[in-house]
Amino acid sequence: MPFRQAKWDEPIIFEVSDFSKQTFLIDEEFADEASEALSKVPKSLARGSELKIPNLSEVEVVRHYNRLSQMSYGVDVGPVPLGSCTMKYNPKICEELASDPRITDLHPYQDEEEVQGVLEIMYLMQRWLSEITGMDECSLQPPAGAAGEFVGALIMKKYHHDRGNDNKNEMIVPEAAHGSNPASSAMAGFKVVKIPTAPNGETDIEALKSVLSDNTAGLMLTNPNTLGIFESGIIEISDLIHGKDALMYYDGANLNGILGVVRPGDMGFDIVHLNLHKTFAAPHGGGGPGAGAVCVKKGLVDYLPVPIVGFDGRSYKLRYDLSRTIGRVSWFYGNVVPIVKSFIYIATLGPALREVAEVSVLNTNYLMSKLRRLRGVTLPYGENRWRKHEFVVSFENLLKETGVSAEDVAKALLDRGLHAPTIYFPLIVKEAHMIEVTETETKENIDRLAKAYEEIVELAYRDPQAVKSSPTNTSVKRLDVLVANHPKTMAPTYEYLSRLSGQET
Amino acid sequence: MPHNWIPNSSPDVKKELMRELGISDVLDLFNDIPPEIMLNRGLSVGFGKPLTEYGVRRLFNEIISKNRLSTTPSFIGGGVCQHYVPSVVKAVLSRPEFYTAYTPYQAEIAQGLLQALFEYQSLMANLYGVKIVNASMYNGSTASAEAVLMAARVKKRKKVLVSDSVHPEIIDVLRSWGFGAGLEIVKVRVDLKSGETDLSDLRSKLDQNVAAVFIQTPNFFGVVESAIKEIIDETHRFNALSIVYSNPLTLGVFEAPGNLGADIVVGDVQGLGISLNYGGPSAGILGINDDKELLRQLPGRLIGATRTQGGDELGFTMILQTREQHIKREKATSNITTNSSLEAVGAAVYLTLLGSQGLRKLGEAILGRTHYLIKRLLSAGVAEPLFPESLHFREVGVRFRGKDADQVIKSLSSRGIGIGPALSRFYRELSDCSLVCVTELHARKDIDLLVEVLEEALGGG
Repeated sequence: MPFRQAKWDEPIIFEVSDFSKQTFLIDEEFADEASEALSKVPKSLARGSELKIPNLSEVEVVRHYNRLSQMSYGVDVGPVPLGSCTMKYNPKICEELASDPRITDLHPYQDEEEVQGVLEIMYLMQRWLSEITGMDECSLQPPAGAAGEFVGALIMKKYHHDRGNDNKNEMIVPEAAHGSNPASSAMAGFKVVKIPTAPNGETDIEALKSVLSDNTAGLMLTNPNTLGIFESGIIEISDLIHGKDALMYYDGANLNGILGVVRPGDMGFDIVHLNLHKTFAAPHGGGGPGAGAVCVKKGLVDYLPVPIVGFDGRSYKLRYDLSRTIGRVSWFYGNVVPIVKSFIYIATLGPALREVAEVSVLNTNYLMSKLRRLRGVTLPYGENRWRKHEFVVSFENLLKETGVSAEDVAKALLDRGLHAPTIYFPLIVKEAHMIEVTETETKENIDRLAKAYEEIVELAYRDPQAVKSSPTNTSVKRLDVLVANHPKTMAPTYEYLSRLSGQET
Repeated sequence: MPHNWIPNSSPDVKKELMRELGISDVLDLFNDIPPEIMLNRGLSVGFGKPLTEYGVRRLFNEIISKNRLSTTPSFIGGGVCQHYVPSVVKAVLSRPEFYTAYTPYQAEIAQGLLQALFEYQSLMANLYGVKIVNASMYNGSTASAEAVLMAARVKKRKKVLVSDSVHPEIIDVLRSWGFGAGLEIVKVRVDLKSGETDLSDLRSKLDQNVAAVFIQTPNFFGVVESAIKEIIDETHRFNALSIVYSNPLTLGVFEAPGNLGADIVVGDVQGLGISLNYGGPSAGILGINDDKELLRQLPGRLIGATRTQGGDELGFTMILQTREQHIKREKATSNITTNSSLEAVGAAVYLTLLGSQGLRKLGEAILGRTHYLIKRLLSAGVAEPLFPESLHFREVGVRFRGKDADQVIKSLSSRGIGIGPALSRFYRELSDCSLVCVTELHARKDIDLLVEVLEEALGGG
């Protein structure tokens, strides 16, 4: 069945209809008091400039956004095999329960006695995530994974500072790491030292040794790494880092490949961050919000952001008594709604969480086994190694032989009703597709994905232009990114766009 | 342990997949993990076994029945307050094409989401009077921290002045984030008569080393900074950047900070279609009044309009990604990846539902209630406004004449009325003070009841 995405000729909200039609009803019970107060507002402070917000009827608003939603694509529509993004199905029970007003109407400054329920959930999550990661305590405050990384890097910075080791200003980060690792390190004031990946797909331990010094503050590592390969030398790596009085940081954005099988804490890591919106099934919201969590070993608990939730045997409390805390990284207590969704997810699965790792790894290797056989496709690094949560293939040969790039292949997948994987990442693989099907995709869909790749590659050798002209079944055809990014034609708002269209006419 | 959230967990399917791989045990796929670190026991999480959906529902209800909501709409303030969330916003945000989508990296299949975010950027830029607003930060506090870091990069200076009338938790966040970058965060005093930033203290602290001056209006005490224009002008005299934090709900009534000369604007969408959520999530607003130097340093995602290749059909895509971590790595303008897109769309939906007229009316509805509350407190004479002469919006600092604020708050809470937070939490010298917040949800009888109950609690004092 060919795929065809909805294509509404939906105008930008400013052009939906007559600009001054209707408004959502707001009472005027206090109009007298309002005008009295307004009379005190100096003219320069009263809104004088035009408010360019359309005044539409309710049905126009609803249709506009519903049509826009139909021109979007999420996990509830079909597979989204974005590598490292863990686009698993978001169970509906988690969504429904977390929208209860007894969660969503809670004010962060309510007395602790009135919010014992939500504090209990947060406390249990701190315990469960500690158990899952093999750590001793967690903070749920970071609003997303990158914020968690930043917290981890700040903890390292303060830890070394408190011990009089301000010379420790270098963070080691593999070249294959996510961009947020070096970015978070830099934000925490570290110099980033890069190390390469060995041909077997693991961190090059000799290279690591050569950059280790008394200035080493820590190592940020993803394991399994971004190639999906488990760092089997992890114990030696961790001994090397600890031997320099440096700390081991685990990027646990994605724990899908090892959940319940092996734990970062047992690998020698001191700090871990988790993305609850990946491994623990909170939805991605079209880019956010997510929820981060940072978990640490005993010696670092006092450095966590405050507050964390404590339990004295009788009631739950917000604890601010961490003596060396790095402070707050965000106001209040974290993104509580996604935390609640993940709580329901873990509570539902319980010990079956391990099944997540087993099946996601099985699915990954099954698909990899089918794709690596395709013409023009290679599997760089660690050819004989199993992958865990994801794998990376290269279309370098396809590009050389047909002119069809990784991006062209991605767009051709869209035409077949499949979201594309992560492309051009990790940077160490040319023409990369980084693919993660998670544990929630059916065998039929995985086969469909494999079949789609096969068709596209064959088409590339037969009629490369046909692949390069995709997508044609999506709401729009391929977009011009040069126009989008050029300083003269860039249009990040309707104002810019109107000015540009004015010039054209 | 098969589970219906995991389609291929049934033994037969597993066998079929394993046949393709030539293995007979899934654990073979983990044979590269050193055996000594493998977890040789089950995880001790959840409740001992997988739960049925009705089981987890019951358990969850038991837990959250321990949460208590006040009987009247909440009067608790402190940067976020209880507002009405229209059904339309809830309906749109529960569209799975939106909430189960990833960041729109594949633009052609995500046009609707991209257009919604483009509209958010456009609406917010107009509301705040700036050229560009990004596709959202996590929340108001982190948008503030990013604004300060951005200003320091642009100005290549390390000192930032922050008014003590800014939300204390935002100031905490600025300090934590500034620690890494080696920033010096210096507080500017509040004038204790007006509750506004002390201009003379600001003048004495401004110098050529200051990268930015950070002001919030209406500030943490709900007081409108009436000298905001002077503060911005003074900031510019030292070639520093002016950062102004404003609540979007005020901007139908008050002039946009960007139109008053602010270089960077920040805010939070809570209240604009987004619930309290016990503090999160919401979305942070971050905008700039310049499309050159500040734009180069702008953190976060940005959506732009464009055309189809070789065609002339309108479309949308993420733009200027070379500022971002996945491309620039340690040289990126920020580490931000996930943001708060869904909440940003929610805010855009509410704005379009309100329209310019509705937004103005909503601002007036809140302003009128705030004014009424102050008048009632003054006439009752038991709990007096901290800054009776100043113009307030939504929040009011109230003094209990020597009575411990925590005690008063607890006493009201036992009657089903929530006020707070106690200001002693943030300012030692204000031990007998609390914030009170009024929004469109409060009817006249709610405010009257609040004043009555305060009279009872403070009576005889």
